[in-house]
Amino acid sequence: MDAVIQIQNLTKTYSSGFRALNGINLDIRRGEIFALLGPNGAGKTTLISTICGIVSPSEGQVLADGHDVVTDYRAARSCIGLVPQELTSDAFESVGATLKFSRGLFGKAPDPAHLERTLKALSLWDKRNDRIMTLSGGMKRRVMIAKALAHEPSILFLDEPTAGVDVELRRDMWQMVRQLRDQGVTIILTTHYIEEAEEMADRIGVIRSGEIILVEDKNTLMRKLGRKQLTLQLQNPISAIPASLAQYSLILSEDGQQLTYSFDTQAEQSGIGELLRRLNAEGVDFRDLHTEESSLEEIFVSLVRKQA
Amino acid sequence: MNWYAIRAIYHFEMARTFRTLLQSIASPVISTSLYFVVFGSAIGSRMIAIDGISYGAFIVPGLIMLMLLTESISNASFGIYMPKYSGTIYEVLSAPVSWLEIVIGYVGAAASKSIMLGLLILITARAFVPFSIEHPVWMLAFLILTSISFSLFGFIIGIWADGWEKLQIVPTLIVTPLAFLGGSFYSISMLPPAWQTVTLFNPVVYLISGFRWSFYGVADVSVGVSLTMISVFMLICVMLIRWMFLSGYKLKN
Repeated sequence: MDAVIQIQNLTKTYSSGFRALNGINLDIRRGEIFALLGPNGAGKTTLISTICGIVSPSEGQVLADGHDVVTDYRAARSCIGLVPQELTSDAFESVGATLKFSRGLFGKAPDPAHLERTLKALSLWDKRNDRIMTLSGGMKRRVMIAKALAHEPSILFLDEPTAGVDVELRRDMWQMVRQLRDQGVTIILTTHYIEEAEEMADRIGVIRSGEIILVEDKNTLMRKLGRKQLTLQLQNPISAIPASLAQYSLILSEDGQQLTYSFDTQAEQSGIGELLRRLNAEGVDFRDLHTEESSLEEIFVSLVRKQA
Repeated sequence: MNWYAIRAIYHFEMARTFRTLLQSIASPVISTSLYFVVFGSAIGSRMIAIDGISYGAFIVPGLIMLMLLTESISNASFGIYMPKYSGTIYEVLSAPVSWLEIVIGYVGAAASKSIMLGLLILITARAFVPFSIEHPVWMLAFLILTSISFSLFGFIIGIWADGWEKLQIVPTLIVTPLAFLGGSFYSISMLPPAWQTVTLFNPVVYLISGFRWSFYGVADVSVGVSLTMISVFMLICVMLIRWMFLSGYKLKN
């Protein structure tokens, strides 16, 4: 699959001396939803800002749809839409006027039909004549997205798009993002909600201290790094784990009624069969058992900790 | 050229002007009218004519120029500072527009507003004092050139300022005193010789002198020098803005 964004050796050092990006190399595939995860201050927003032209790169090169974002910025920026993290909008402007401004700014002729479609898709049509200052936080967030879509970009950056919005609106936004992807728009989103990445992303990148530490297909990542847990509810409580089971690193609950065994989904043998046989041999009976897979959030936390 | 972008910025800025009509237009027109009432009609009637021009008429070009300088700086600095302050500058910086297109949009709107105000004050002044305009085309040329030059200067201040105080400091502490001491209310020939020489270092003297010449055909300094000074000032401002955008000074870092 061809890359719609190509980032090569991108470095950004601020005038204060702080190095926010450190030799980033990353390709974003055309038509995918790419989630960029990372702790606060990892460089997510700087990376997006550098691609979009808001921050000047110190070194390296970024191509957007084959156009260098510095030397051929007109062509590069024309195909990019950006929804920034902060709710920054012209409070005194009407929703319709601010969309017209955004479209014009990106060099597009007025197209009332497109603006109407965009506003309707985001449930903003009824608010088109309202001043932005009168809208709720969630509505303002929709306006930011509508502004980014006003010039029909083929690449859309969403910098924490659902921060501070309610669950219903978040679901609506996910739906809208999927629709955009279905229309061929490449989506790059940063988020603090791992659930969001887990729900929507095709691929996941993890950034830490200005470096990309991992890029992986979401399902592969969860398969590779995901861990499963087997939980056994014991028939009778035990006071200690039998010595013969030491190799399994079992965890016994405080009340002595539950044993937890963690195993790697990628390992050839999970070891469950052998563990159950040994428990039986030790006379430890159980009345119930279940397994659960670790979430992307747990994978993310473990990754970031591992690198720290 | 991204004409749609220039139009979008220009319309946006002009819409802001008309949204705040009272503050944008009525306020400077009223305050300048008060100058005419006090200095033109009340005090002016007791003053002797300067260069054969009644005092009330003499101060018309100077007062218009005073307003043009302050309003041009204020409009343009506010126009670019506000998006920086609110964060909406991200959209302009991430758009496919060159520095020149951004400047034409913002400065064009600020200068348009100043020109409109200048003409409005000119009409208002006519209600208080009688005067004639000997060179109307040159009068318009000075009005437009000054509005553009000082809007460019205001734009620089708007980029440079990182707080409301800084936004006010240059107009209040530098431009207004220079305008008052630049011959708005007197001819520099009325000053002692030593002060006349000092005054020639004040760039506003050349603006007011040239503008007054377009009204009455008399000037403190030659019109050619006035025009050259405005043009050089404008060129310096354009080069500085170009550097600010290309280096990202206070915009991208």
